[in-house]
Amino acid sequence: MNQSKTSGAPAELGATSRNDAWWVEPALVATGFTLFIIYATWRALVDYQFQEWGPYLSPFFSPKITLPGWQWSPAILILWMPAGFRATCYYYRKAYYRAYFMDPPACAVGHFGGEKYCGETTFPLVLQNLHRYFLYLAIVVVGFLWWDAFSSLFYNGSFHLGLGSLVLFGNCIFLSFYTFGCHAFRHLVGGRLDCFSCTSGAKTQFKLWNIVTKLNEHHMLWAWVSLCSVGFADFYVRQLAAGVWTDIPFIGS
Amino acid sequence: MREAVMKVFRGTDSGSGEFKTYKVPIEEGMVVLDAIHYIQGYLDPELAVRWNCKAAKCGSCSAEVNGHPALMCKSRMDHFPEGQEITVEPIKTFPLVKDLVTDVSWNYEVNKKIPAFKPSENADWTFMQEDIERVQEFRKCIECFLCQNVCHVLRDHDRKDVFYGPRFFVRMAGLEMHPLDTENRAGILKDQAGLGYCNITKCCTEVCPEEIHITDNAIIPLKERVVDEFYDPVAKLFKTIFGKKK
Ligand code: SF4
Ligand code: SF4
Ligand code: FES
Ligand code: FES
Repeated sequence: MNQSKTSGAPAELGATSRNDAWWVEPALVATGFTLFIIYATWRALVDYQFQEWGPYLSPFFSPKITLPGWQWSPAILILWMPAGFRATCYYYRKAYYRAYFMDPPACAVGHFGGEKYCGETTFPLVLQNLHRYFLYLAIVVVGFLWWDAFSSLFYNGSFHLGLGSLVLFGNCIFLSFYTFGCHAFRHLVGGRLDCFSCTSGAKTQFKLWNIVTKLNEHHMLWAWVSLCSVGFADFYVRQLAAGVWTDIPFIGS
Repeated sequence: MREAVMKVFRGTDSGSGEFKTYKVPIEEGMVVLDAIHYIQGYLDPELAVRWNCKAAKCGSCSAEVNGHPALMCKSRMDHFPEGQEITVEPIKTFPLVKDLVTDVSWNYEVNKKIPAFKPSENADWTFMQEDIERVQEFRKCIECFLCQNVCHVLRDHDRKDVFYGPRFFVRMAGLEMHPLDTENRAGILKDQAGLGYCNITKCCTEVCPEEIHITDNAIIPLKERVVDEFYDPVAKLFKTIFGKKK
């Protein structure tokens, strides 16, 4: 009994006694993220001439920012905020530490990587601790997207409702469920307290904390749904702007 | 009668130990621990196993069943497809004593390092349910150490020197969130306990037989408290101006 562990502990990548398909989940996650990253990069850096159509503005290009002398894609000025928010999100961290870093790829499955594991204690990963600052920025961005969705209802001086508005509103709802279910938000609105009933302020915070907790319980779901919805909202506007699709108007034209 | 083929680890040293195969008759409602008891009783009386309650409440019978860290007394035999071999191994993160028994005493040493509950002198001992609910979830822990076993920081990286492990973050969260506790453990969490080594990959939550939301309800809230105290410049400034919370 001189070793610190029962040996046979998996030191090699993929070493495990598990006989189920443990690799399916990380493989799906890696595929999903990679596809989204490729699409978003292509839209932001290459295909960025299609930013808006009629009453609709793509979420990748909102808010509209004009900087004197800026000759590159405006998406560069915006996308670092939601990208940083998601990259430092506790759910996404779990997902990419497993799917990309394979540390570990799945539970009780051998990891990838050497002896020098520092987790999130050293640079650059220690910066994950600043997630709440990206939360503040993300809330501002979501605010603009709600504004865009409402603005799409008023076009050329009259009320207008098309499929595009529904797409934008759906995206705002899912993004809000994701953003306001954030673990850092859950902490800030009330989780940091030790006593929920001690003051009237704490009682209000407790109510908020309960709501955020409800969203937070499904944070992974909202992370994926909102990732798909924001990608789709952009793609929808792009297709209209490129003349590939035509919008379906319900009210107005 | 239906039979299960059990492949059980035997030995006192993982280098020289090996798997032995046994055929065990299956009865209605049987769990893996019953099968191990059958082997002990009828086939191989020297097989070593630790258990106490057979009710998933004492936390003694932790093992790895088909590679999944689990309580043997909570792993039903009818959960496995018929005809498939079932492997049973000791948990891998702690030193082997014999067969399915490991020495988990490192955990008790870690436990002693945690500053105990410290109420204020004139504490009012009545408190509201909503103030203690979070702590009650953590008190469900049965110290099976399956979370410690599966955590890759201990299991793969073997960082017992710098990391207390999820079970003790659960305990510390229960103390930190207690409405009457006055101790501040944020510094210990960040430094000695090595909370930053956890990369929130959630395997502890996946294996916990008490279904404690270890990552979401204990570790992440503790990480956020450590951020308040050590990483967030604005929160720090706030604290210097308005004074410490406790
Ligand atoms: S979430 Fe953290 S403590 Fe839990 S198993 Fe993963 S690394 Fe270990
Ligand atoms: S937290 Fe859960 S898995 Fe960890 S020791 Fe307690 S009961 Fe076992
Ligand atoms: S934890 Fe996921 S957005 Fe903050
Ligand atoms: S024997 Fe008590 S938990 Fe399994």
